[in-house]
Amino acid sequence: MAKIQITLKLFATLVPYLPENADHFQIEQGTTVQEIIRSLQLPPDAVKLIFVNGRKQESTHELEPGDRLGLFPPVGGG
Amino acid sequence: MSIDSERYERNFDTLTRAQQARLASFRVAVLGLGGLGGGVSEMLARIGIGHLTLIDGDVFDASNLNRQLLCTEDLVGTSKAGAAEKRIQAVNSTVQVTAVHQYADSDTLYDMIKDCDLVVDCLDSIHTRFMLQAVAKKVQIPLVAGAIAGVTGQVTVIFPDDKGYELIYGKKEHLPARGIESRTGNISYCALMVAALQASECVKVLLDRGDILRNKLLIMELWSNSFEVMDLI
Repeated sequence: MAKIQITLKLFATLVPYLPENADHFQIEQGTTVQEIIRSLQLPPDAVKLIFVNGRKQESTHELEPGDRLGLFPPVGGG
Repeated sequence: MSIDSERYERNFDTLTRAQQARLASFRVAVLGLGGLGGGVSEMLARIGIGHLTLIDGDVFDASNLNRQLLCTEDLVGTSKAGAAEKRIQAVNSTVQVTAVHQYADSDTLYDMIKDCDLVVDCLDSIHTRFMLQAVAKKVQIPLVAGAIAGVTGQVTVIFPDDKGYELIYGKKEHLPARGIESRTGNISYCALMVAALQASECVKVLLDRGDILRNKLLIMELWSNSFEVMDLI
């Protein structure tokens, strides 16, 4: 399977799970967001919002070369 | 020159005189008077919103001193709504204030906000945010929402027929009561930045001016100086 690169950005409590090569994160073509969440070993329910290239997506979304993936936890304080 | 003839001089010409006059005709409700609500209330009073309904059933405790503008040491143990009313009257006595020292529920909130033009969500519970959205829909007014955790914040604007919080938090049946703020706490400058962004959206919605965060989520994270506006649909 061909390898592609994406940019990975994790917010707030997810930052400790950020890999070193997040700006050039290498994955196989056709990898879904859910598969990346699993590979980063993020805790269950830690991700509330998924953004790809600035647009909300579902965890089943397949990533394309050059995509910017952002993962955001639930924030509710006031 | 009197205070009231000088009061808004520095608002011009960012605002027009006509827009300034319009702001005085609006009624805005602020639900939650903690880190966000204290800042939002004061900024809306300073810019000249005509009437503020300030709602919170809570009293200050010492852990509020790190970030809540309305909280001072001598006010620990006293009503947040009472403190907000006094502060707003001290800042701008031309603003009419209705202070409500009561926790809102779906039965009581409708009456509290039914005459308002807009409501600002400064709550700290995700469940209560969904309740507020439902009541704002019933009243048919827009809602300006902010939420914080640590140095992370988010802001959005929800109109009555929008999906709103479901786009951000998912189905309300599968929700935790609180987000990551139960672990991160809340930092003063983050609360006040999000409060400022909420006040800005309020003015934009009321004056129908500028780019409004409808179906969009502004996300900020201050360790990395990230500010992004995401499309929710």
